[in-house]
Amino acid sequence: MANFATETERRPWLPLPPWARGTLVTLSSIAVTMLGLLFVTFLIGRVMPIDPVLAIVGERATEEQYNAVYRELGLDRSLAVQFFYYVTDVLRGDFGTSLLTARDVSTDIARVFPATFELATIGILFGCILGVPLGVIAAVRRGSWIDQIARVIALVGYSMPIFWLGLMGLLLFYGILGWVGGPGRQGIFYEDMIPSVTGMILIDSLIAGDWGAFRDAFSHIVLPASLLGYYSLAYISRMTRSFMLEQLSAEYVTTARVKGMSEWAVIWTHAFRNIRVQLITVIALSYANLLEGSVLTEIIFSWPGIGSYITTALLSADMNAVLGGTVVVGLVFICLNIFSDLLYKVFDPRSK
Amino acid sequence: MKTIQTLLGTAALGLAIGLTPMATMAETPDNMLVIANRIDDITTLDPAQSFEFAGADVIRNIYGKLVNFDPADLDAGYQPDLAESWTVSEDGRTITFTMREGVKFQSGNPVRAEDAAFSLKRAVLLNKTPSFIITQFGFTPENVDETIKVDGNTLSITTDKRYATSFVLNCLTATIGAIVDKELVMANEVDGDMGNTWLTTNSAGSGPYSLASWKPKESVTLSANPAYYGGEPEMKRVIVRHVQESATQRLMLERGDIDVARDLTPSDVDGLAGVDGVEVLREMRGRLMYVSFNQKHPELSKPQVRQALKYLIDYDGMENSFLKNWYVGHQNFLPKTYLGAVDENPFSLDVEKAKALLAEAGVENLELTVGVREAQERLEIAQSLQNTFAQAGITLNLEVGTGKQVLGKYRARELDIYLGAWGPDYPDPHTNAGTFAYNPDNSDAANATGLLAWRNGWDTGGLTEKVSAAVVEGDTEKRAEMYHEIQAQFRDTAPFAVMFQLIEQAGMADNVEGLSLGGAITSVAYWDVTK
Repeated sequence: MANFATETERRPWLPLPPWARGTLVTLSSIAVTMLGLLFVTFLIGRVMPIDPVLAIVGERATEEQYNAVYRELGLDRSLAVQFFYYVTDVLRGDFGTSLLTARDVSTDIARVFPATFELATIGILFGCILGVPLGVIAAVRRGSWIDQIARVIALVGYSMPIFWLGLMGLLLFYGILGWVGGPGRQGIFYEDMIPSVTGMILIDSLIAGDWGAFRDAFSHIVLPASLLGYYSLAYISRMTRSFMLEQLSAEYVTTARVKGMSEWAVIWTHAFRNIRVQLITVIALSYANLLEGSVLTEIIFSWPGIGSYITTALLSADMNAVLGGTVVVGLVFICLNIFSDLLYKVFDPRSK
Repeated sequence: MKTIQTLLGTAALGLAIGLTPMATMAETPDNMLVIANRIDDITTLDPAQSFEFAGADVIRNIYGKLVNFDPADLDAGYQPDLAESWTVSEDGRTITFTMREGVKFQSGNPVRAEDAAFSLKRAVLLNKTPSFIITQFGFTPENVDETIKVDGNTLSITTDKRYATSFVLNCLTATIGAIVDKELVMANEVDGDMGNTWLTTNSAGSGPYSLASWKPKESVTLSANPAYYGGEPEMKRVIVRHVQESATQRLMLERGDIDVARDLTPSDVDGLAGVDGVEVLREMRGRLMYVSFNQKHPELSKPQVRQALKYLIDYDGMENSFLKNWYVGHQNFLPKTYLGAVDENPFSLDVEKAKALLAEAGVENLELTVGVREAQERLEIAQSLQNTFAQAGITLNLEVGTGKQVLGKYRARELDIYLGAWGPDYPDPHTNAGTFAYNPDNSDAANATGLLAWRNGWDTGGLTEKVSAAVVEGDTEKRAEMYHEIQAQFRDTAPFAVMFQLIEQAGMADNVEGLSLGGAITSVAYWDVTK
C-alpha cells in the first residue's frame, strides 16, 4: 500500500518541497476529519430525542422560563447557522459552557482528561510490558503449558465483563485485603493538598515532592490501571502470538536456524524485528480504546475521567460537553495515528 | 530459557509493586465527616436557581433562612432562624419579620433585613425554575419594591391575597428562601446577572458551613463556619464524594474510608447487617412512586377503566419483594408526615373486580404503552404491571428511555401511561395538592407542563376549586381536614395510582450521631453531627 501511495504522489501538484507538501496533506486531512467529526456529532446531538432546554430548566419550569433558555442556547436559529457559530467558537478555543458543571467545557476537559490519560498510560504500559513477551513466548513454545496459560489469560480477558472483574478486584484487594486504596484518585487526606500542575496526580505529587501523596495516588491507580492493562494484555498477547507464528514459519527463520544462529537471536533480532511495525498499530489502537472507552472502569472506581464525563453529558443532553469531549477524543485518535505512522517510518526499512 | 526468566522477573516486579500494602489509613478523622453520595445532579449552587436534591443538601448547610427546620426536631415545623420573630397583619396579607441581631455572613458582613429583602427580590427577578415557590404569592418583578419592604431591622412581605401563614412560612424554608450576602454577591455581578454566574460555584451565606470546593461529579467540600451564630459545628470539614455504585459505597463504608453511604440498594443494606461498626439510618422521604393514565386516551378516560387499573396493581407483592425496605405502600398524594396526610390505602390486586369493571366499560383487548425511565426499580415495577395487567387481558408495552426522553413525551401529553416519581418542592401540602389535583385550564394551549393533572389531560372534577380553598384556610386543623377530603375524592376519581413512598436507607458508621437526612420535608443537615 505504501508503495502505491508514493507512486501516485510523485507527480507534484504544488510547487513545494516534498516535506512541506507532506505536512500540508497531513494537516488538511486532519482538518477535514475534524470538521466531519464535529458535523456528525453536532447533528446527532440535535436529532437526539433529548431536550437540552429541559435538561437545564428542569421539569417544573414554566413556558416562559423554557423559552428564555431556548433562545439563550440559540436553538431558535437554523441548524446551519448554529453549526456555523459553533465551529467559529471552537476555532477560537471556546467550547461553550457545560450545563451540568456550570464551567467552561475546556476547563472541564483540562480537569478530566489528565485523569484518563494517567490511567490509560499506566494501563497500556502494563499491557505491553507483560503482553508482548507473553505473546512471543506463547508463539515460540506453541502448544506448551505456557501457551495454554496465555490462551486462558486472553480468553478470560475477552469474555469477563470488566464491570464484574472491577468489582471483584475492589472487593478482594481493597475490601478484604486492604492492599490498595479505594475508589477515587486520592484518599480524602490528600484531597486538595497537592497543587495541580499537570493534572496527573502521580506527576504532580512528585513535583510537589510529597512522597506520601504519591504513594496514596499510586495505591488508588494500581487496581484500575491493572484492570485496563489486563484487557489490553489479553489483546496484545494474542496479536503478538499470531504475528510471531507467521514469522517463525517463514523461510528466513529456517535459514537462520540452519546457519546455526542462536535461538535467542533468531527470535528477537530476526522475527521480532519484523513484527514491530504491526505491533505498533495494535498497541496504538488499544491505547486509543483505553483513552476513550474506559467508561465502566471509571464508573466503578469513581474515576473522574473523560469517558464518564462524555457519557453523563450525553445522557443529560449537555451538548457542549459532548461535542467538546468528542473533539478531544478525535484529536487523540488522530495524534496516535500520526505517531504510529511516524514510528512506521522509523522501523519499516521500506519506507526509508 | 532467558526469555522466560525475563518475563517472570517482570511479572514478579509487577506483583511486588502492586501487592505491597499501601492503603493503611482506614478511619476518617474525628473532626471530619465523609459521605459517599451521587452528586452528579448538581448544576448550580445559586439558591435562586438550584432545584436538585444534591444541590439542596449543600445549600441547606451553607445558608441561613428567615425560618428553618431544626434537624433535631423536624416534627416541630418551621422555627426562627435569621428572623427572630414575626407578626401577621390583621388582613393576613403582610408578615413582618424582625431580624436576629449580631449575625454575620461568612464574609464578615452583618446579616441585615436589607439582605433578606434582596435575596427574595433576587429570586423573583432572576425568574429561574424554582422561583414559583415564591412568586405564587403574587410577587412579580414589577411589584417587588412595594411588596417586599425593609424598615430598619424588620422586613415585611405582602402577598396578593390572604394565604395560610403556615403556607407562606413553609415555602420560605425551601432552598430558594436562602438569604445571601448582598454586598458580596453584587460585588461579583456580571452583565446585570445579580451574581448568578458567580454564585453558581461560590457561596455567600451565614450558615454553619461555607463552600470550600465543588468539583463537578467528583466532590463537594464544606468548611465549618467558626462565626456561625448557633456555634461552630463539631465537624470541621464535610466531604461529599461522588460514588456512583452502591456496591462501591458499601465497600468504602466497610473499610472505614467513609462515614456515610447514601445510595445503597436494599441488597447492599442487607449485606451490611452484622458488619461491625456499621448501622443503617432509615428516614421516610417525600418521594412518591405513581402511575398515571392519560385522559386524552379514549378508553383510559372511562371512570371504570381508571378504577380497574388501580385494582390491577400488585401493591403488596412489590412492596414485599424487590421494593422491600426501599419503598412503603402509600396511595395518597401527600407523603406521610405532611400536614393533612392520610393512611388510607384502599386498593389491592383484585383481578376479578378489575375484569368486571372493564366489562362494564365495554373495553376489550386494550393495548397500552407505559413510558418508564431506565432505572432498575422502575423497570421492575413496570414489569409487574405488565404481568398483572395481562391477567385482565390488557397488553402493556414498555417504552424505556432516559429520564429526559421519557419526560419530554410525558410533558407533551403523548404517553398512554407514565410510571414516575414525584418529590414535593416545599414542605407544605399545597405543593402536591397543587400538582396532582389542580388544573384550572385543561386545554392544550394552556401548556401547564408543571401540573401533573394537566400532563394527564385531567379535568379535576371540582378538585381545582377545593385545592384553591384549602391553601387560603387560616385554621390549620380545618385546613388539614380539607386535604383529607380532597384526597378521598382523588383516590376515587383521579387517573393517578399513587403506589409507594420512598424510605431512604443510609449506611453509617456507628460512631456518627446527630445526622438528619431531612425526612420528607427538607434536606440533610450536618451541623449537629458528632463522632
